[in-house]
Amino acid sequence: MQASGQSLPSDGLIVVVKRDCPTCVLTEPVLAELAGLGALTVYTQDDPTFPESVGAIDDTGLDMSHRLGIEVVPTVIRRQDGKEIDRTYGWDRSEWERITGFQGIGADLPAFRPGCGAKNVEPGIVEQLKIRFGETGLTSRHIQIGEGEDAFEAMFERGWSDGLPVVPPTQERVLRMLAGTIRDPQELLGLCPPNLAPLTVEKVAINAVMAGCKPEYLPVVLAAVEAVLDPAFTMHGVLATTMFVGPVLVVNGPVRRQIGMNAKGNALGQGNRANATIGRAVQLIVRNVGGGRPQEVDRATLGNPGKYTYCFAEDEEGSSWLPLSVERGVAPGVSAVTVFAGFGLQGVVDQKSRDPESLSRSMAESLKAIHNVKLAPACDAMLVVCPEHERTFRAAGWSRQRLLEQLYRLCEVPGADLIAGAKGIAEGRPASDSTKTFNKFRPDGLLIVRAGGGAGMFSGIIGGWSSGGAAGSLPVTKEVKA
Amino acid sequence: MTTLLDPTSEQSPTSRERLARPDRLQGLTVGLLDISKPRGDVFLDRIDELLSGRGIVVKRYMKPTVSRPAPLPLAQQIGTEVNVMIEGLAD
Repeated sequence: MQASGQSLPSDGLIVVVKRDCPTCVLTEPVLAELAGLGALTVYTQDDPTFPESVGAIDDTGLDMSHRLGIEVVPTVIRRQDGKEIDRTYGWDRSEWERITGFQGIGADLPAFRPGCGAKNVEPGIVEQLKIRFGETGLTSRHIQIGEGEDAFEAMFERGWSDGLPVVPPTQERVLRMLAGTIRDPQELLGLCPPNLAPLTVEKVAINAVMAGCKPEYLPVVLAAVEAVLDPAFTMHGVLATTMFVGPVLVVNGPVRRQIGMNAKGNALGQGNRANATIGRAVQLIVRNVGGGRPQEVDRATLGNPGKYTYCFAEDEEGSSWLPLSVERGVAPGVSAVTVFAGFGLQGVVDQKSRDPESLSRSMAESLKAIHNVKLAPACDAMLVVCPEHERTFRAAGWSRQRLLEQLYRLCEVPGADLIAGAKGIAEGRPASDSTKTFNKFRPDGLLIVRAGGGAGMFSGIIGGWSSGGAAGSLPVTKEVKA
Repeated sequence: MTTLLDPTSEQSPTSRERLARPDRLQGLTVGLLDISKPRGDVFLDRIDELLSGRGIVVKRYMKPTVSRPAPLPLAQQIGTEVNVMIEGLAD
């Protein structure tokens, strides 16, 4: 007999088992005893012929197991007047005696054996059951792709892609993604620029699936999204500007290692799934939910390759400096994401400096070139210090703050060097500024992060947006929550 | 058949009828919005001169920053004070 379409018995005992479970096999003689003593219904999850000695109902479709909320087999349930009044899991003689009301059952068995995981809660199956029973809690529109249609091509045609293939967001995949957070799928995170469309956890999960994220990355994506939606970050302007920028994400805290992010060799490059897909998910959300597309509201003249994805972790373990998130007010040991409106990478190659004074001068000269050597103040910037460079500051006892202060001092530029026509370049400030001094950066406009491989005296500068600061985009840091 | 979940906001843009163009500007109030882009004022000053010279009432407005949309109170103020709006959009 098939369980599907059947009603639950309103009274008596129910036992749910599977042959694949040694404890279920162990309890077969007990089931036979109970069957002989009165009302017993056995549902079997995997093999309809098991247990042989008792006429079991075939629940290989798992409908009944799902309705009963079975998590462990064997599960014993007592029902009375159409309601469940008691249940126990695994084999525990005293519990079985209490629920069945029969003493001395399974006298030859050990007193206790733990059960096994039920089939209906196995990954992949639980999602299908939720879909079948309409219990997904998901509210997004369903889009049917025909049998003969290629789902990947269909997604390109609908404009859902950044230009690379995206993973089809099936209900099963989105449900598995949502298992990565305890947050309600319908929780509203904010209004996503540029169209100011409501952005829910569910929409984030759909786009995270498409980006290729694993469920355990979802809390990081959610924190990144919260940072991007913060009005201080000004995502609308970051998207709409003709300049190069997009969101650059830096991840701090234990989550980096838990999800296997790369903070070491090639940290800003390809090859690490978490780095690549978290940054991509944020971009897809702005595209698909916010409606931000190139040559539409995204007016970038050139853009930059980081607008596919730009996300990396800070190498905290090897660093003598406090993590960026801690410098920005997050408690030590708490995971966080910092978002910065940035673009590209300009190398700072210095293989000869062995003291912090020389090395910081080297970095400052490179920093002063961002956007144009003739422009100051120009933009914010993120300096990514490689381990071999950080070692030089460490040896001299320079904290991150000390380096920042030194770089600010060194980035003061005489107005005479900046006025229009100086150095034979028309770009520049009015001649009346020639006797003044200008800093390349606004106060708080420089961020320092430590990342990269152990070999190579090659740090990097991530340039910023000319509208950095309170009137434009400020870096925003958000804690990663479950 | 594969079922996918829609990753978009599922909002089709609401199309709005454009206001009818006025036949003439005489008797109307024209707003000029400076979005705070460098040299936008040069352009708008000239428009102001040309309109005022024809006896048209001109009101000037300015966004606090080019990087962000106009704050709601400013948008509402403009909406109630002028009949026609000219915006110096981008450079």
